[in-house]
Amino acid sequence: MNSQFVLPDFAPALPEIILAAAALILVLVGVFAKQRPFSIVCGGAILALFVALVLVVMAPDARVETFGGAFVNDAFARFMKALSLIGSIAALVMSGDYLRRNNIAIFEFPLLVLLATTGMLMVISANNLIALYIGLELFSLSSYVIAALHRDNLRSSEAGLKYFVLGALSSGMLLYGASLIYGFTGSISFPVIAKAVAVEGATGPGIGIIVGMVFMAAGLAFKISAVPFHMWTPDVYEGSPTPVTAFFATAPKMAAMAMAVRVFISAFPAITSQWQQIIVFMSILSMVLGAFAAIGQKNIKRLMAYSSIANIGFALVGLSAGTVEGVNGVIVYMAIYLAMTVGSFACILSMRRDGVNVETIDDLAGSGKTNPMMAFCLAMFMFSMAGIPPLAGFFAKFFVFSAAIKANMLTLAIIGVLSSVVGAYYYLRIVKVMYFDEPKGAFDKMDMGVKGALAVSFVVVFFFALWPSLLLDAAASAAHALF
Amino acid sequence: MFGFGLLSALVLLPVVGAFLILMLSGEEKGVRNNARMIALVTTLVTFVVSLVAWGKFDTSTAAFSMVEVHPWLSDTIVFKLGVDGFSMPFVLLTTFLMPFCILASWRSIENRVREYMIAFLILEATMIGVFVALDLVLFYLFFEAGLIPMFLIIGIWGGKRRIYASFKFFLYTLLGSVLMLLAVLAMYWQTGTTDIEALLQYKFGSSLQTWLWLAFFASFAVKMPMWPVHTWLPDAHVEAPTAGSVILAGILLKMGGYGFIRFSLPMFPEASHFFTPMVFTLSVIAIVYTSLVALMQEDIKKLIAYSSVAHMGFVTMGLFSMTAQGVQGAMFQMISHGLVSGALFLCVGVIYDRMHTREIAAYGGLANRMPLYAVVFMVFTMANVGLPGTSGFVGEFLSLTGAFRSSPWVALFATTGVILSAGYALWLYRRVMYGPLEKPELAGIKDLSKREIIIMAPLFVLVIYYGFQPEPILSSFSASTDALISNYNAALATVKTAVAAAY
Repeated sequence: MNSQFVLPDFAPALPEIILAAAALILVLVGVFAKQRPFSIVCGGAILALFVALVLVVMAPDARVETFGGAFVNDAFARFMKALSLIGSIAALVMSGDYLRRNNIAIFEFPLLVLLATTGMLMVISANNLIALYIGLELFSLSSYVIAALHRDNLRSSEAGLKYFVLGALSSGMLLYGASLIYGFTGSISFPVIAKAVAVEGATGPGIGIIVGMVFMAAGLAFKISAVPFHMWTPDVYEGSPTPVTAFFATAPKMAAMAMAVRVFISAFPAITSQWQQIIVFMSILSMVLGAFAAIGQKNIKRLMAYSSIANIGFALVGLSAGTVEGVNGVIVYMAIYLAMTVGSFACILSMRRDGVNVETIDDLAGSGKTNPMMAFCLAMFMFSMAGIPPLAGFFAKFFVFSAAIKANMLTLAIIGVLSSVVGAYYYLRIVKVMYFDEPKGAFDKMDMGVKGALAVSFVVVFFFALWPSLLLDAAASAAHALF
Repeated sequence: MFGFGLLSALVLLPVVGAFLILMLSGEEKGVRNNARMIALVTTLVTFVVSLVAWGKFDTSTAAFSMVEVHPWLSDTIVFKLGVDGFSMPFVLLTTFLMPFCILASWRSIENRVREYMIAFLILEATMIGVFVALDLVLFYLFFEAGLIPMFLIIGIWGGKRRIYASFKFFLYTLLGSVLMLLAVLAMYWQTGTTDIEALLQYKFGSSLQTWLWLAFFASFAVKMPMWPVHTWLPDAHVEAPTAGSVILAGILLKMGGYGFIRFSLPMFPEASHFFTPMVFTLSVIAIVYTSLVALMQEDIKKLIAYSSVAHMGFVTMGLFSMTAQGVQGAMFQMISHGLVSGALFLCVGVIYDRMHTREIAAYGGLANRMPLYAVVFMVFTMANVGLPGTSGFVGEFLSLTGAFRSSPWVALFATTGVILSAGYALWLYRRVMYGPLEKPELAGIKDLSKREIIIMAPLFVLVIYYGFQPEPILSSFSASTDALISNYNAALATVKTAVAAAY
């Protein structure tokens, strides 16, 4: 009886299956297409991602497990998957014209994004250590390759190599931690680990579990680029082609944060006080370093890298509370961060003079006059990142700090808001360059895809305060799914 | 109005105006003129609507009126608006001053007129929002949102050091208010609501009160501004365009005082009582020290800016005396200072538009060529000094009386500030207006134009009218003041009996 093979239920994993199948089909299409393989594959990839997005959004609310409990689909997973998919779609939509202009429009790019997204969705739904690791490697390996997409460019190659070496190290740490946890709890499944940790909790968890958990935290911190595992971020952001940076800054961050939340909340709820210390430590360092290190930056992509480090620090404030409000804060934060980042990168992508993209902050000088629409949008994104109401970024910070205050983490909250003031300085500097300085000359006309992404993200960021419940209700039910 | 009440209309109207200006298209010159017209009409309509609200307002009660609630962030954090005796005068002050700001910028702003008008209208919406919000989070939202347009106004249309001034303004204020945000959150988790009406009834524990009070103080003291966190104000004032200075002095500074009277005093009575000596000390230092600093200024706007800090010292002193006279005086002083300092900045704008300098030394003998201007400037200077018969006197006198009842020493030191203010203001007047008209650049200077007379006349009339008839203003918040003070004393009494019972 036991040897009888039972097919697992595939329905909950339908979006992932569709993406994987689409990737396989599009490989063939790309190889055999006679004309414009890039455009065809890119269009197909966007379509596949869009179908997956619709499926994720339309899926029933209940929590379902499949593949012997390795794969779980709940409201939390669906919400974060939707965010990842939106990030990937936005990156692909914005990439076409840029890649063609720079002669790197090869059809492997949309394929790799597709595969990476498949990996992200798997990570978000992973309910045991093996599934987690497989998904993680799928999306990491795809990412390493696309970082080096511009292979004739030294900086891009360097970015890819750096990302790969450091990424491999962090994957190793994660795997080492996972093996320790497996060794000390006897299981790879998150719910079983949670039980085992709780039982041991009576006499305090074993040192092995703690060490394993710390190693896993280090690996996860690398993926979300939290200090002190952030070193790759500025170089990779700066070196990669800009649409690739836009991709790195959005979709993988969503997936990695979802993974961190799920691991800590569903596998180690019994030792919250232990992992809290780590998260608080990383959160404070990320916020402070992100705020101070960004001040001196001249390249806007590097600035965005430090800004993303700081933003992850703020999101971790929510996670460190370890409560349902905290997770709710993280989810809201990531959703709004996604909109702000997509919008900012749309603006960065449209910084182009005579067909050449420019990247220094000074190039934005006077764009308030020469490109009023784009400058206004970017200014609003910057104010939003600084957390000024009524823009969406304020509400993102509001909810994470709200959770921290409720969990009595006053010091963390105070350090957080103070570093947000420091951070405001460099966001303001961009506004200053655009509006207070003398113009340097207009940018070229914006690409259609970039324009679309910019419009959508602007609407989200600017009008969030009018109908906040659209996002907040979904986020609340997603957060409750984990508790 | 579309299911919204009068107060929502007040907040929305300027936004609608800003949107209309945004939609303008066509050739550059037409757009400019249309933007000016739309902005003026919008601010006038807003003023009329606020008068309608004022007509419906019942001054005999301390309760909130015209309350409206719309669903917003969550079940407990809602979009709630309403006014009482403390907020209604500020709403009127805001809507009243705005048309003057638009008029004052009519010719002096030629660069990016459309954006300028949009920024001002959005600023007006946030300022009205601050005064009518009845939900803490909503209040915070409006309180902070005003930073964006003001930052742009100083930074784009300001003077030479505009960038430094705009950053200093923004970061100072932001630093103060983020701590308030944490306090708001702490209050939310403590009480389960951010409804201001409900929070006014809630009794916070003693130690919690202390921390919350300090966090709110950090924000309001910067906004007010109180010594020693006032340094952003002179910079911002000097660099801002005329209308920006008017709004800064006329309304933005009042948000600090409004915050004290709306939150700190009624919600944290014990902490307020505990910190009263500190506030008195800071107020007296502000009054004396900044008056002395004002004496030495060479820039007219900077001088008025420092005098604003000194006048705000009277306000905090009056408020924390927690006597009927003190609170009424402080409220009156804020309204009056809104008119007077706004008018003074408009006066400076008049000569700045002609000569493009604010150096006192660049002027002298203006009274010879500009008799009308000399009269107007004289009256506003006297009102700033607090001469009886002008509105400035009523506020200063009442807040000094209140302070005297609470602590004679404080009143004694503060009164020296009145003398000093006469010193710097009269000296300024002498240097700018009197003496021979020697400087060749000034030989052709023209007196007030029709537009400028239209701007000055209402302010001129009101400043004198309220000097003789303060009753219309005082009566609007007398019921609220009585309620505030009796609740405050009741709260302190319960604490005292509790302490006595413990022994």
